[in-house]
Amino acid sequence: MELVLDNKVLEFVSDFKKPETISKVRKQALDALNGMDFPTTRVEDWKYTRVGKYVKKKYKQVQATANVEDYTIADLNAHQLVFVNGYYDESLSTIKEDDAISVHKIEELDEEYYSDIVDGTSENVFSLINKAYQTGGVFIQVKKNKKANFPIHFLHVLEGEEVIANARHFVHMETGSKAEVVATYHSNNSENSFTNVVLEGHVESNASLTINKLQSEAKNVFHISNELFVQDESSNFLINTITTGALMTRNGLEVIVEGENCHTEMNGAYLGTEKQHMDNHTLIDQLYSNCTSSESYKGVMDGKSVGVFNGKVIVRQDAQKIAAYQSNKNILLSKTASVNSKPELEIYADDVRCSHGSTIGELDEDAIFYLRARGISAASAKQLLVAGFIGDVLDKVENEALRTNIDELFLNDFGWKF
Amino acid sequence: MSNTYTEEDLAKNLQEQEYKYGFTSDFKSDTIPVGLNEDVIRLISSKKEEPLWLLEKRLQAYRAWTTMVEPDWAHVNYPKPDFQAISYYSAPGQTKKYESWDDVDPEMKETMKKLGISMEEQQRLTGTAVDFVVDSVSVATSFKKKLGELGIIFCSFSEAVENHPELVKKYMGTVVPHTDNFYAALNSAVFTDGSFCYIPKGVRCPMELSTYFRINEGGTGQFERTLVVADEGSYVSYLEGCTAPMRDENQLHAAVVELVSLDNAEIKYSTVQNWYPGDKNGVGGVFNFVTKRGLCEKNAKISWTQVETGSAVTWKYPSCILKGDNSIGEFYSVAVTNHFQQADTGSKMIHLGKNTSSTIISKGISAGQSQNAYRGLVQIHASADNARNRSECDSLLLSDRSGAHTFPYIECKNSTAKIEHEATTSKIGEDQIFYCQQRGIDSEKAIGLIVNGYCKEVLNHMPMEFAVEAQKLLEISLENSVG
Repeated sequence: MELVLDNKVLEFVSDFKKPETISKVRKQALDALNGMDFPTTRVEDWKYTRVGKYVKKKYKQVQATANVEDYTIADLNAHQLVFVNGYYDESLSTIKEDDAISVHKIEELDEEYYSDIVDGTSENVFSLINKAYQTGGVFIQVKKNKKANFPIHFLHVLEGEEVIANARHFVHMETGSKAEVVATYHSNNSENSFTNVVLEGHVESNASLTINKLQSEAKNVFHISNELFVQDESSNFLINTITTGALMTRNGLEVIVEGENCHTEMNGAYLGTEKQHMDNHTLIDQLYSNCTSSESYKGVMDGKSVGVFNGKVIVRQDAQKIAAYQSNKNILLSKTASVNSKPELEIYADDVRCSHGSTIGELDEDAIFYLRARGISAASAKQLLVAGFIGDVLDKVENEALRTNIDELFLNDFGWKF
Repeated sequence: MSNTYTEEDLAKNLQEQEYKYGFTSDFKSDTIPVGLNEDVIRLISSKKEEPLWLLEKRLQAYRAWTTMVEPDWAHVNYPKPDFQAISYYSAPGQTKKYESWDDVDPEMKETMKKLGISMEEQQRLTGTAVDFVVDSVSVATSFKKKLGELGIIFCSFSEAVENHPELVKKYMGTVVPHTDNFYAALNSAVFTDGSFCYIPKGVRCPMELSTYFRINEGGTGQFERTLVVADEGSYVSYLEGCTAPMRDENQLHAAVVELVSLDNAEIKYSTVQNWYPGDKNGVGGVFNFVTKRGLCEKNAKISWTQVETGSAVTWKYPSCILKGDNSIGEFYSVAVTNHFQQADTGSKMIHLGKNTSSTIISKGISAGQSQNAYRGLVQIHASADNARNRSECDSLLLSDRSGAHTFPYIECKNSTAKIEHEATTSKIGEDQIFYCQQRGIDSEKAIGLIVNGYCKEVLNHMPMEFAVEAQKLLEISLENSVG
């Protein structure tokens, strides 16, 4: 297809390699991109997140190799799939013997099946860029009634200056299967790069998927992730999103619950310093009855950082007996930090119990005084209180090896001990 | 209207399922042709014998309006009004002002009786001064003398322009500028009349000031403008009640209310809104697009209380700008939607001063196939040290075809602020109804009881007589909504 450089999006993608094979998904994405523009803050979904500055830059698609030793998680004992600048690096990856899962390249994902799953879901300009110019990614199948023997670790590394990483993944949980995915994002000697990742999945009936996502890229990276999961009846989905890195982060997370008796859980912790901007944008769409969902996001903002939370729960007509809970709590550690919170409920059924809460405040002076009166220094007191505050989100990460890794990260980055 | 509302009264009211205030009074009106352009604005201005500066303001607003687009972000669906198909001026035929109650057109007296606000009774029983507005021109003002002794100015907007131009000039448009939004701009261009109230320094207004608004002429939009100024250290409680006759075509109501609460002053503004909501099939009803905002200076307080049961489409966000240090903003609201009504309402609290605090209590009740949304904004600016906000938004769903939505926006730029927001959505517990039924209270009454309890927190903030009326309205609005 001939691209005409008449708008910013086309200008932005003009240097990207045109995909070799034009698959249906790519074609659709390319077509859709034609008429699109980057969102401004006048677009409701992007009200608090300004991307203009970042999309003016040009990013390069560079296949590279990187030293990932620093980023492997000790004792995680996982299938490790490594992506450098969005390219799948098989030589760095290790796939263990496991009869429960099969790992394919994303190209092997059946397009008919995929279109059927994502039918009717919303796309944004970034997910479309990803789908049109994806450079690599995997399609994981977890087999019927099997439990993956090892966690599956998606290890993303940025290497080099001003690179773009367009990785696209799909996780297919067959009926009754169970698996844990660990997705980590790092940057290695990388400046001003752009991670534009798409992670999607289908959790079939009675299956259970847990995702732990840890993003600790350099504080000059532009990070956009689009995550979409579709749940069938009696399935479980849990995602924990921990964000400490990147200059500008936008975590877009959507769960469409397409069956009864499902449970959906989203937890998030975001810790910003300097001029970081962290946006968590979530949607849970309840289409059927008897489901529960719980959402808890906690932010600690320091320096001149900005935290954004925009969570939405939709309960469709006739989706009765839904219990949905949503909470967003924020602590501001400095005068110049700010938080914008927008928890939303859209309810079209009557027999529901939905609630949400949002708080913003600083550390309790009385609590600090109490600790100091017992000989604890101001810094330690602060650290203790912050640890207590976000600790309950981190506790949702049940994988001990990963939890140890997260604790180390906090110790190194913030000097906080848990 | 009597002050005691008994069960028999309720039973009687419940029999009148349909909109109780739906009637048209038949008196001559002075209406100008439909359409909107600069000439129409000049015509309105000249008909009202306005000074030049006000005309300039109107034209300025009109020009701004022509560059604006109608907002569509609210969670409502309705056919966009055709602004060229509305007549922008309508005044009762008589131009002369009434000197005494006896001079008032008997038909108009009848109208007021049907509304349940017989002047004599009001004057005698409640000591309330009523500035009654039929369509756009005030026809009766009482207790003026008593208020005059205290230096309180309470009159129609036109009179204020005539007699107190310096006050109007000084405060009009300071809280809601003509460029604020589409409907505020429209109002600023074509407003016909409204109320003006000024409380001088240190005066505590001895009675509740009230205005009853009423749309009367078919096809005329009502563009009211209210300006309440409470000078330093003063206090006023202001009531606004709305009823409208039954119409089949949609009527547009785009009012602007500005409150200015200077240092240490307090304004309490209560509203009962009961415009015609359309019939059971969603035909007709009033479009209510209102801009209400108050400005608080140092240690000042503004409190909005509203009971919204009417209108086919409501789009209304009474707001407080807490500019002065230690100022307080409050918002208490009950919004009921039934049949095909749609409401997108809430409050905005803008914290600029230090130690400012605000409270938002919003109770939404949706029945029938209605959609009821809370949309609120709490904005803490960097200068607002130790600002405090608490918001509570509860929604009650009475039918499986209705919707309840919550869209709070919380923006905080100051670390010393404390903000709490919570919201719940649920239906009335079956166990609660069962409990009542067990004690011989039928389900309809049980729901009335529970709803009343649910709204108590808001109704308690209303003046007595108003609360009684509001309670009655709630019962009528929810009649037969449970099934």
